[in-house]
Formats: sequence, structure tokens, C-alpha cells
Amino acid sequence: MPKVPMNVLRFGLKPLAFVAMLLPFLWLAYSWYFAFQGLPNGLGVNPQEASNRFTGDWALRFLLLTLAVTPFSKLIKSPKPILFRRMIGLYALFYAVAHVTSYVWLDLYFAWGDIWADILKRTYITVGMAALLLLIPLGVTSTKGWIRRMGSRRWRKLHMAIYAIAPLAVIHFFMMRKGIQIEPLVYGAIYLALMVPRVKARLVTRRRASPA
Amino acid sequence: MFRRSSPWQEKESEVTPQSVYLNRRQIMTGAGALFGLTALGGIAASARETRTLAPLKAMKSDFDPGEELTPESAVTSYNNYYEFGTNKDDPAAEAWRLKVKPWTVKVDGMTDKPGNYALEDIVDYNALEERIYRLRCVEAWSMVIPWLGVPLAPLIRKLAPQSGAKFVRFETLADKSQMPGIRWPVIDWPYVEGLRMDEALNPLAFLAVGLYGKELPNQNGAPVRLVVPWKYGFKSIKSIVRISFTDDMPRTAWMKSAPSEYGFYSNVNPEVDHPRWSQARERRIGEFGRRETLMFNGYGEWVADLYRGMDLQKNY
Ligand code: HEM
Repeated sequence: MPKVPMNVLRFGLKPLAFVAMLLPFLWLAYSWYFAFQGLPNGLGVNPQEASNRFTGDWALRFLLLTLAVTPFSKLIKSPKPILFRRMIGLYALFYAVAHVTSYVWLDLYFAWGDIWADILKRTYITVGMAALLLLIPLGVTSTKGWIRRMGSRRWRKLHMAIYAIAPLAVIHFFMMRKGIQIEPLVYGAIYLALMVPRVKARLVTRRRASPA
Repeated sequence: MFRRSSPWQEKESEVTPQSVYLNRRQIMTGAGALFGLTALGGIAASARETRTLAPLKAMKSDFDPGEELTPESAVTSYNNYYEFGTNKDDPAAEAWRLKVKPWTVKVDGMTDKPGNYALEDIVDYNALEERIYRLRCVEAWSMVIPWLGVPLAPLIRKLAPQSGAKFVRFETLADKSQMPGIRWPVIDWPYVEGLRMDEALNPLAFLAVGLYGKELPNQNGAPVRLVVPWKYGFKSIKSIVRISFTDDMPRTAWMKSAPSEYGFYSNVNPEVDHPRWSQARERRIGEFGRRETLMFNGYGEWVADLYRGMDLQKNY
């Protein structure tokens, strides 16, 4: 791996990553600008459905990307990728909030009765809601101040919730699609692949710890 | 008996280069490439042939709700036809692979006239009518579409079902070489749908071979599809290759896939919720908000009698 100086990372690559991860949202806003006026737009003839799905897809992608940071960092034997982890995680939350906003505002137009019924009755939405409710505290406690306040042990424990949030999102996706569809399964496989090294590492430490 | 002059035999398909345009799907798969999705989704690119859709002559009919038509571009670009992929824009992109001429429909089961019929033998292209129907998808969106075709009832009678036949079963083509979506076990292919005999004989039941004054585009179920407007869209089976008469309620593709979600009848009913979508309201394509969904999609005057005395909460 070529060495990347720290200040290039902080003041060059980080802002770049910030903008890059914002691009899907900018495209969405740009498309809605036309969709609102009834003009042809990238979201197609059912823009509400398209934007629900678009934001859901990106929320899930960033969730998985967050999970990929540590394995990647180990792979290249450098802690530098960790510098991006919080930003990616916050983007996952950002797109999840955009996803729910798209659904509550653009799709159901604040028909709270219907929305509440959906959350209770439609299992895939119940599961999505669970994922979001778990994700919010991770976003809130993502700052240095919170790490200090909580102590890194407890903070780490809390943030292990991401291991449960990602599969909830995959299940949400799988259940939402009709029949057995490949896309959610691909995301599920990526999740499992990212978990394998973690589970392995855990088994190793446990074996070492137990007096055998 | 083949009538050589049928519109299917007229135009040869022409070869046009695959149009290059950027749409949502491409942007999304582009993004998905990040995770290696495209590698899985890719099918060998080959020259794309588009069929010129011949105009069809048809009589106007009384079936016209007087509502604004859904633009043709929307009707032909936003489709659920999983044999060509599960995204809404997959069928428009992939269905050119479907060969619709010549087309044979196998008729079997409890009938006195079983056999393989050329499409032109079961649909009289000189007696087409235009019917404007609402189409309500189970995914809570709807369209208004001018179909061209023939009523189903006379055809059923012509095919001479035996007195014991209580159901009609329809089957869609399932050919891997023409339908890239069939590689995936989304449902148990082939796609199967069915109607009770009295439903099939209802005057609303329609066999469409065209829309908007022309032959059906492939993504809309060319060359021949069912249209039963009081039922959710998935009952209106596309690209029919087989019609069977039976005394056994057919197990439809969706009933097999998720028995608790899809019943045999699948009548549009705002009061019976589907586990995935509330059915109380729908989005008419082109409108921003949602409108109330009507019982039997507004066709109760024609079909309510079919279900008199039945518990529609149970028979969904
Ligand atoms: C971390 C939280 C969440 C993630 C990662 C997530 C992700 C997804 C994904 C990937 C899809 C499928 C997109 C596609 O088909 O391409 C989806 C669909 C959907 N999600 Fe979520 N979701 C989350 C939370 C929620 C919540 C809280 C709600 C509602 C309160 C919700 C409502 C929906 C709906 C309604 C759809 C269907 C979209 C449509 O077809 O119109 N999701 N979500």
C-alpha cells in the first residue's frame, strides 16, 4: 500500500468521500425537482416508489460499507480506513432517514393512520422500523464526546448493534420483494461474508480464553 | 387453418442498435457495481431487435370509464413481468427477446376440442374491440388502459369445455432462451393463473392482443393476454401459451409462492389487506397523491353477483 499522508487523508480524501456519498441524494433531489412539476425525470412514472427504493438501497449499501471498513483496514494492515467509518455510518443513517421521509411524506403524505397501520401490520415495515430505531442511537452517540462520556467499552458494546441492524435491513428488503428475489440475497451474502472474519476472530479468542 | 393475412405475419422485425440512454436502472446498477451486483445481473449483450407494432383495427365499445388515459409511454415502460426481471423497467429493456410470431396456444384438459391452436384461430383479428379498463396492481398503483382484443366468453364456448369443467387455467410461456428472468427462482415457473368458469364467462373478461391502437408490446404480454379488470393485475396473465379446463381449482403461481398472501380470487378489495400493501388507497400513475380504491376496482355492477354469499375476507 502506498503511504497516504495524514493531512491528505483528513483534508483531501475525507471531504471528497463526503461529497461522493452525498451524490445519490443530490441526484434524488434533482430528480424530484422535475418530478414535482410533473416533468420527465430519472425516477420514472412512479417516483414515490422509485425514491422509496432508491433511498432504501443506499441506506443498506452504506450499512454494509460501514461493516466493510474494519475488515478492509485489517486487509491492508493500516488503521487509516477507520477514519472514514463514522462518516459512512452516519450516511447510512442519513439515507435511512431519507427513506422514511420519502415514504411518510412523498408516498403516504402524512396519512398517519395508514402509516401506523403499516408499521404494525406489515411485517417488513415493522422490521425496517426496528432497524431504524436501533440505528438512531448509534448516530447520536457517534461523536467523540459520547465516546468519552460512555467509556470506550460501553460505547463499543452499543455500536455492536450494527451487527443486528444490517441483517434486519436485509430481511426487510427480502420480505418486501415478491417471491424469492436475488438482490436481497446478494446483500445478505455480502453481510455474511463481512461477518465471517469477525466470528472467526471471536471463536479464536474464546478458545484461547477457555482453559482447555 | 392459418389466415396468412393476419397482422402477425405482415411485418418483419427490424434490427436497430441498442439505444443508449441513462435511466434510473442503469444508474442504480452502476451504483450496485460497487458490490459486484452487475456481475450477477449481466446477460450476454446481443443486438437488440425491436418489433414494429402493427396498427390494429377495432370497434369502439361501451367500456370507457371516461377517465384520463395513462400515457402510452408509462403503460409500456412500467411493467411487472418477472420472466424478464423483477425491476419495473426490466421488461421494457429485456422483452424484445420474446418471439411472438408464430404463436401457438395449447388447449387441453376437460374439453371436446383439445389441440394446438394458432393465435389467429382463437382470436378473430377482424372483430377486435377497444375497451378502456382501469388496471389495479396489488402494489397499490393503477392505470387506465385502452386495450384491443376480444371478449373471453365466446372463445371459451368455442373451445367446448365439458360440463364437469369448473375452472380455466392459463399458463405463460416459460422459455429460458427468451426470458432472462427465468434463471432466478423468483416463483415456480411457469406462471399460472386461473378463473372460475363463471368468471371466465363474465362479459368483462377480455383477451387483449393490443393497446393504444397497436399490437401489444412484448413487455405488456404480447401476443395475447388476459384482462380481468376487477381483479389485481397479476390475475391478468401475459403471453398465454396454454389454456386448460379443469374441475380442480388451479394453484396459481402466487398461491404457491405465498399461500397466506395470495388467494385464488384476488378481487380488488379495499377492505381486505395484503400483508405487504394496504389496499385501501392506490396511486394512479401520473397523480401525486393516492385515491381511494373501489370495491371490485369499480366494476361491482358487473361482477358482484359472482361472489354473492361468499365471505370475501376468507376468499381473498
Ligand atoms: C435502517 C433502516 C432501513 C433500511 C436500511 C431499509 C432498506 C430498504 C431497502 C433496501 C428496501 C428495498 C429497496 C428496493 O426494492 O430496491 C426498502 C423498501 C422499503 N422500505 Fe425500508 N429500510 C429501512 C427502514 C424502513 C422504515 C423505518 C420504513 C417505514 C416506516 C421502511 C419502509 C419501506 C418501504 C415502504 C419499502 C418499499 C418501497 C416501495 O416499494 O415503495 N423502511 N427498505
